[in-house]
Amino acid sequence: MADLVIDRDVLIEAPVGVVWRTVTEPDQMRQWFADRVDLVIEPGAHGYMEFGDQGGPVVVETVDPPTRFSFRWNHPRGEEPVAGNSMLVEFTLTPEGDERTRLRVVESGHELRAWPDAEKQRYADEHRDGWGEFLDRLATLLAKRRSG
Amino acid sequence: MTAQADDELWSAIADPSRRRVLDLVVSNGAVSASWLAGHVPFTRQAVSKHLVVLEQAGLISRRKHGREVLYQVEAGRLDQAARALADLATQWDRRLDTIKRLAEAAHAENQKEEP
Repeated sequence: MADLVIDRDVLIEAPVGVVWRTVTEPDQMRQWFADRVDLVIEPGAHGYMEFGDQGGPVVVETVDPPTRFSFRWNHPRGEEPVAGNSMLVEFTLTPEGDERTRLRVVESGHELRAWPDAEKQRYADEHRDGWGEFLDRLATLLAKRRSG
Repeated sequence: MTAQADDELWSAIADPSRRRVLDLVVSNGAVSASWLAGHVPFTRQAVSKHLVVLEQAGLISRRKHGREVLYQVEAGRLDQAARALADLATQWDRRLDTIKRLAEAAHAENQKEEP
């Protein structure tokens, strides 16, 4: 699914092993992600993350040291997170030489939350344009209408 | 924006047919459902359904013009949608920057210990 995906990356001046530990160790995650992280880094492990006064369940999907780590979050409490009720966060670590690592994060699933199944399927069948591109286009049109 | 309002917004815009309807409303100003139906390859009923969803998400509003109902874009809400998406990306940029800082500091520390 190409639409409504957040895709960002950063080049880090550290070996892949160091970056892996920063991304996956719960006490490190507390520094860059959530205020509280109760999570065992194993595929299928259920955990909990807290942001200020809000918190929610997290389920680990992929643990493939030192290059791939993913989890699902933002699903309703008491439900198993699956495609359609949650967001998937995927980290990919790519060594660039011995001392540098490219860290990429892709977050997907925003467009699928709270959708009826039939609509999800139709969307999957029909998706064509990128979401960001669409918003850009609308913003341009709006700006034109305002100035004109 | 509340999580529910977010969901309404995402699902309203994520549908390609609905985007097409919204696009037409944005480009043409106040238009009626029948005018829209004449400009898209789907039925008048489908257009009406899309208009309801877009209106619920706050992206368009309706007003009476004589006997006709005209639809127009809610620019503020659309800007908000664009910003919400940009915010999500910014949030991840901030997190990646923090990871970079932490990892580079840890690496520098390791090198001090093992010269």
